[in-house]
Parts: sequence; C-alpha cells; structure tokens
Amino acid sequence: MSTPTHLKYTKDHEWIRIDGNQATVGITEFAQRELGDIVYVEINSLGKALKANEVFGTVEAVKTVSDLYLPLAGTILELNPRLDKNPELVNQDPYGEGWMIRMTLSDPGDGSGLLDQAAYDQLTGA
Amino acid sequence: MKFTPFFDRHVALGAKMTAFAGYQMPVFYTGINEEHLSVRRNAGLFDVSHMGEFILKGPGSLELIQSLTSNDASRLENGRAQYSCLTNDAGGIVDDLLVYCLEQGKAYMLVVNAANIEKDWNWISSRNRAGAELHDISAKTCLLAIQGPMATRILQPLTGTDLSSLKYYTFVKTRFAGVDNVLISATGYTGAGGVEIYFEDVKGEATGIWDAIMEAGKDHGLVPSGLGARDTLRLEMGFCLYGNDIDDQTSPLEAGLGWITRFNKEFTGKSVLEKQKAEGVHRRLVGFVLQEKGIPRHGYPILDQDGTGTGVVTSGTWSPSLQQAIGMGYVETGQAAPGTSIFIGIRDKQVRATLVKIPFIS
Repeated sequence: MSTPTHLKYTKDHEWIRIDGNQATVGITEFAQRELGDIVYVEINSLGKALKANEVFGTVEAVKTVSDLYLPLAGTILELNPRLDKNPELVNQDPYGEGWMIRMTLSDPGDGSGLLDQAAYDQLTGA
Repeated sequence: MKFTPFFDRHVALGAKMTAFAGYQMPVFYTGINEEHLSVRRNAGLFDVSHMGEFILKGPGSLELIQSLTSNDASRLENGRAQYSCLTNDAGGIVDDLLVYCLEQGKAYMLVVNAANIEKDWNWISSRNRAGAELHDISAKTCLLAIQGPMATRILQPLTGTDLSSLKYYTFVKTRFAGVDNVLISATGYTGAGGVEIYFEDVKGEATGIWDAIMEAGKDHGLVPSGLGARDTLRLEMGFCLYGNDIDDQTSPLEAGLGWITRFNKEFTGKSVLEKQKAEGVHRRLVGFVLQEKGIPRHGYPILDQDGTGTGVVTSGTWSPSLQQAIGMGYVETGQAAPGTSIFIGIRDKQVRATLVKIPFIS
C-alpha cells in the first residue's frame, strides 16, 4: 500500500488529516503491520485538551501494546465508534475506515514537526 | 545474525521477520489470528530450525541423560521421545527439552531451546563424567513443524511410512519428499496434533521439502505460520515457554511439571525437589482469564483484592480460539485454586481476572 500524499505523519507512525481547525487521526500502514492483529483500541482522553506528542490512548495487538501520540495540540471530539466492535478495521484500512479520532486543533496554522509523505516513506524505508 | 535455509521463502511470502535467539525468524505472514485458527482447524507449517539438537552417543549416553534430566529416560525404547527438564543444583530449570531415543542405551538426540543452545552445551559438557560422545548438530539440522488436524493427511503422499499409525511421542526415520533420513516425530507445541520433521540441509534439500509440503497442503488449508501463532497456540494449551514461565529460578514442581519429575533415580537437584515435594511448594504456576478489557503481558503484577502484589504474569496473550485474554503466572500456593479472583496490573489500571485450570482449551 502506498502512503497517501494528502496526509501528514509523525515519527511515531500516526497520520493526521487537517481540515481547517479540525483534524482526523489514525495510525499508518507501517504501524498496523508492525503491531499485527489489533484487539483493542483504548482511548480515554475524549474531551481533554492535550499537547502535541502527548499520549491519547493505547493499541493492544495480540502480541504487543503501543501508545498513541497526538500529532498536534488540541481536544479530542469523537472516537471512531466502529473500532469498539471491529478493531481489525485498523489493520484492514488504516487510512480510511480504521481512523481513530477527530479533534479540534488548538493552533490550526501549526503543522511544524509533521512529516510529509516523502519524508515519512524515507523514515520507514518504504 | 543467522538465517535458516527457509529465509528466502519467508520473505517471498511477505512474512514480518524478527530477530529471535540470533536468527531471523518469521513472526507472522498474514496475521497471528488467521494462522492460529488455521492450525486449529486445518494445518500450519512452521519453520523452527533455530531450535538446538545434540546427539549423545556411547555407553555413557543414557547415564549422562539420567543424571542431568528430571524425567526417566531409561524407560525410553527405540523410536520414543519424552519431554523433560535439565535441572540445576538448586532444583531450578536449566532448560526444558525433548529426549529422543535413537538406540536404547547407545544413542539419543536432545532437542533444546534456541536461546539456550550454548548454555545447555556448556552445562552438559561440564557434567559429562559418564564420558558420552557429544555432538552439536544444531547448525546443520532443519526442523519444520506441521501442526493441525489435517497435518498427517497432507504429508502422507510424501512418504511411504504410514503416518496415521505414528503414536504421540513416537518417531521414525524414513524417506520423505525424496530425501532420506528424515526424522518424523509425532510431537508439537500447539496441542493441535501433527508432526515435527528433522533433516539435514546438505545440498538444498531444505527448500525442496518446504515446497513439497506447501504444494501438498495447498488444497487442504495449510498456511505458513510464524512464531506469533506458535506462542498463542502453546499458551492456550498451558505449555511452558522457557525464559517466560520457567527459568533457572523456577522448579519443575512450581511450574506444574511434577509429571516429568521422577524420584526413582538420581539427578541434579533431586534432593532439593524431594524436599519441595514433601513440604509443598510456596508458589505455583497458574492460568487465568481476564474478565474485563485488557491483555496481560510478561512481567505485569498479579494483585489480590486489596491491590497487594501476590505474583507476576509470566505469559499473556489474546486467545484467538477463546476470543478472550488469557495468561499464566506464579501466585502463592494458598491462592492458587481455580475460581480465585485476582487482579492484573495493566499500566495504571487493575483488571479483574479469574484463575482457571489449564489447558485453557479442551
């Protein structure tokens, strides 16, 4: 699967799609493949104002667990309701049906520190 | 880094590889859940060539094995294998292993954990007062496990030996997929049935055997399966993993391996274990299932109702068969009864769990 060009990425393998002062966040194809079969996505930070790079949840896969880091500062508005029953959507469609949160951005203009597709592919050796 | 002869096959199949005991090994190909369930329903092919094999020969071979292992190898006849432990002077476990009787009283093969090959070799060599002839054949020996209810049916066309009559923990040396001297053993680490096959890769036999098995299994649901599924399968059966559930500090009696600890002969650490048996062990390896969301992992604390630490998780996973999180760990003997409520400390939470009998699946 090729990395979408319209998204931004973190070094911790999250993606973010910025729409004005809101954004959608998930994990990358590389991340889901590294984790393997995902069993739970646990996010307990709904409604909380978090800083960039703060942990907003965890992903439990069969053999490993990993923290989720918020790409940009903001407040989590919504969790993907389907992940509760179908966490495998993150494995199957990480950039689409497997999205994790929608958020409002504290500072919508600030995309600094994020990677574009080319830089992210370089990071993962894709 | 070391590679098994099947490395190129794993990569071509798109496996996610990892370093394990110095080898590049497949963790999974398509995914742990799918591979796990395929083994339970049909069959899986595992490359476990990283495992270690030692040959012990000569009149001192049985005496050496008897003196170092907890099970009674004198009961083994030709073509039979047994599960056993190498014990240390304190009654701890140096390694768990399989002992194959190639020729009673004269020749045996020990199959040991990959991470312990050097440790075991040094241990056995240093205690070889019986003067047995020792050979480490690990580097040239391939091991494939074909596990699952369809395994022997899939393999039958590849050999003239009747595999359906091969009883659990027996083995034969035979011609297989056009290669002579293949040892086919009715053993495994999954509880799903099937065999393990050992052979030397002298001039490219290994990939030929891999391809023949994959071809024979393609219409029977055989899938290549990685170390991830191997671990979830063994844990559903409550089989111990060395370095997780058992180690130099744990005794076979604490680990529920009393059934392979025979006091009718002398062996290393026997007096300590006899005392443990007479007085009762202080802690026991138990199984538990989580009653709430979460997955236990090696090293997480086991807590009582008051949040006081009473033990530690040694293995844990999501069980693909049960669709539930399961684990094993040591708790004080007084709190080891099935049905007991415990808590697992998972990061900042205490998650409710219940002790159950192992195996987790019937």
